[in-house]
Amino acid sequence: MVDNAVGKRLLSLLCIFGGVALVVAALILDVSRSNAPYRGAFLVIGIVGILVGLFIFPTLKYHRALMNFVFLFPLLFAFLVTVIIPLILGIRYSFTNWDGIRFTKEVGLENYTKMFQQPSFIWSILLTFLFVVVNMIMVNLVAFLLALLCTSKLKGLGFFRASYFLPNLIGGIVLGYIWQFIFANVVTNITTALFDNRYSMLSETGTAFIAIIVVYIWQYAGYIMLIYITGLNTVPGEILEASSIDGANPMQTLFQIKIPMIAPTITICTFLTLTSAFKQFDVNLALTNGTGSVADFMGSYLTNGTEMLALNIYNTAVIKDNYALGEAKAVLFFIILACVSILQVYISNKKEVEL
Amino acid sequence: MGKKEKTSSVVWRFVIATIIAIYVLFPFYLVVINSCKTTNDITANPIGLNGVSFTQLISNLVDVINNTHFLFWDAFASSLIITVLSLVFLAVFGGMAGWVICRNNKKKWAMVIYFTFIASMIIPFQVVMLPLIATFRDVGKFIGISMLQSVPGIVFAYCGFGGAMTVFILTGFIKGIPYDLEEAASIDGCSPEQIYFKIIFPLLKPVITTVTILNGMWIWNDYLLPSMMLGQNGRVKTLPVAVQAFVGSYVKEWNMILAAALLAIVPMIIIFLIAQKQIMNGMIEGAVKG
Repeated sequence: MVDNAVGKRLLSLLCIFGGVALVVAALILDVSRSNAPYRGAFLVIGIVGILVGLFIFPTLKYHRALMNFVFLFPLLFAFLVTVIIPLILGIRYSFTNWDGIRFTKEVGLENYTKMFQQPSFIWSILLTFLFVVVNMIMVNLVAFLLALLCTSKLKGLGFFRASYFLPNLIGGIVLGYIWQFIFANVVTNITTALFDNRYSMLSETGTAFIAIIVVYIWQYAGYIMLIYITGLNTVPGEILEASSIDGANPMQTLFQIKIPMIAPTITICTFLTLTSAFKQFDVNLALTNGTGSVADFMGSYLTNGTEMLALNIYNTAVIKDNYALGEAKAVLFFIILACVSILQVYISNKKEVEL
Repeated sequence: MGKKEKTSSVVWRFVIATIIAIYVLFPFYLVVINSCKTTNDITANPIGLNGVSFTQLISNLVDVINNTHFLFWDAFASSLIITVLSLVFLAVFGGMAGWVICRNNKKKWAMVIYFTFIASMIIPFQVVMLPLIATFRDVGKFIGISMLQSVPGIVFAYCGFGGAMTVFILTGFIKGIPYDLEEAASIDGCSPEQIYFKIIFPLLKPVITTVTILNGMWIWNDYLLPSMMLGQNGRVKTLPVAVQAFVGSYVKEWNMILAAALLAIVPMIIIFLIAQKQIMNGMIEGAVKG
């Protein structure tokens, strides 16, 4: 037992010192700008060595604290490097003339004022809000009706539920191209047959926007339906029975019992559709890539008729190579989403208090 | 009278449900049949079955798989490796972090970490993506491991972005595990790490399934992060990035594009058919808790 403890201590010290030595060696190589390819491996093995050493070090006094640190470190480190540091840097860069690599001067609020002078950006904001509102209503309505259908007496219920959910499994890019095909080749055949006019919905801004909404509902309603089904299943059967004995018709049961009982579910679904519609990117990129002409908006001709906010940010920074402006737009996007989330927390808490 | 009315409404509901199902599944049907045609047959009739042949399907698939922009097997392997590694790391490290946070919930530092995680869930990817690429480029140059255009870098990024939601759902579950269990084990001489790995981790199985499904659906289908980090024509490509690069190179050759789409969606559909119940339940739980 004693030998074991001594052995463990030795092993742990070996790991720690070995790890420290490797990390120091790696850092020296880094700082001296050596191009030794193994320096990265040194660093990683060194850090793992230190963590393992700390972890097996057999003193009771600090063991718990050390273990807490070792347990938290991997995820927290990744989180800091990928989310927190870029967020702080991003907000900082939005006040400079950053070009994706470095910046040479502070420009204050110039990026923020510049973006509101771009009619194309204003258009994107308004379009996104319109998209979000229309989607929120349509997706929830369709999903709720589907959920009512799927909680009623129905043969093949499992099959219907699964098939309505199926589109949600497919990534937005692939799905966007599949629907591009449908709008360009299949829907045109239908318009030819009906109006003798080969008309592609994607060729005009207004109809292309409707096309995006159709695809989005197709993708998303099945998922929201599942949540509504769960909500509807929590409505106790006795209450429904009592109401039917009291002679309530199905409509009364729906509006006076079911909908009030699933109010928390409605809140969840509303905000889920809200935030996901705001962040919509993949379908927008694959289906229309933001194209579409607008003859006259704020006195200028626009070519980004169906470009929503997320895509506008991407195009500004990556395609048009204007990183600082793109980052400023992204910060605005973040503020809008934060407001939505705070509103959600506020409404949910208020509901809970009432209950 | 009442009974008759009920039977007819059941029939009506079935008819409506079937019509909706046909509408929802129609795009999948189109993908399958048009992958089996030549471009001319598609233009002639994209809905019907004329021109459909198995040999044409094989020839389309072979063309797509060997296409230099797509390289299906490479992309599939990259997607699989990235997804699996990210999911394993998220489950293991997420569980560890969640447990430590839960067991120190009276301490200030643990609460600060917890609420930072929760608050970070509202951060959209767009606001961090540009500085992220710059940071990763610098860090990669500094330490000598390429963080961009490499599998380790993107797995690391997924651990960072998926961490918040994972920890949030896991702590919610760990809170419900009775503390007596750990005390008993501690009296029996278990060290804290033994308690975690031998007692707590096995209990987390259901919630880890949920987290893995949610993260898996997201990572497998994600486009923006890999396209930013790996590049459109980089060494490593995930399936969505490969599809995008492929379509960009093939203008309107729909039989090819749809064959590529078919290849991209088949793995997900197979998994769905196997684990339908778990996937649907996992998605519901994630929404209700998240």
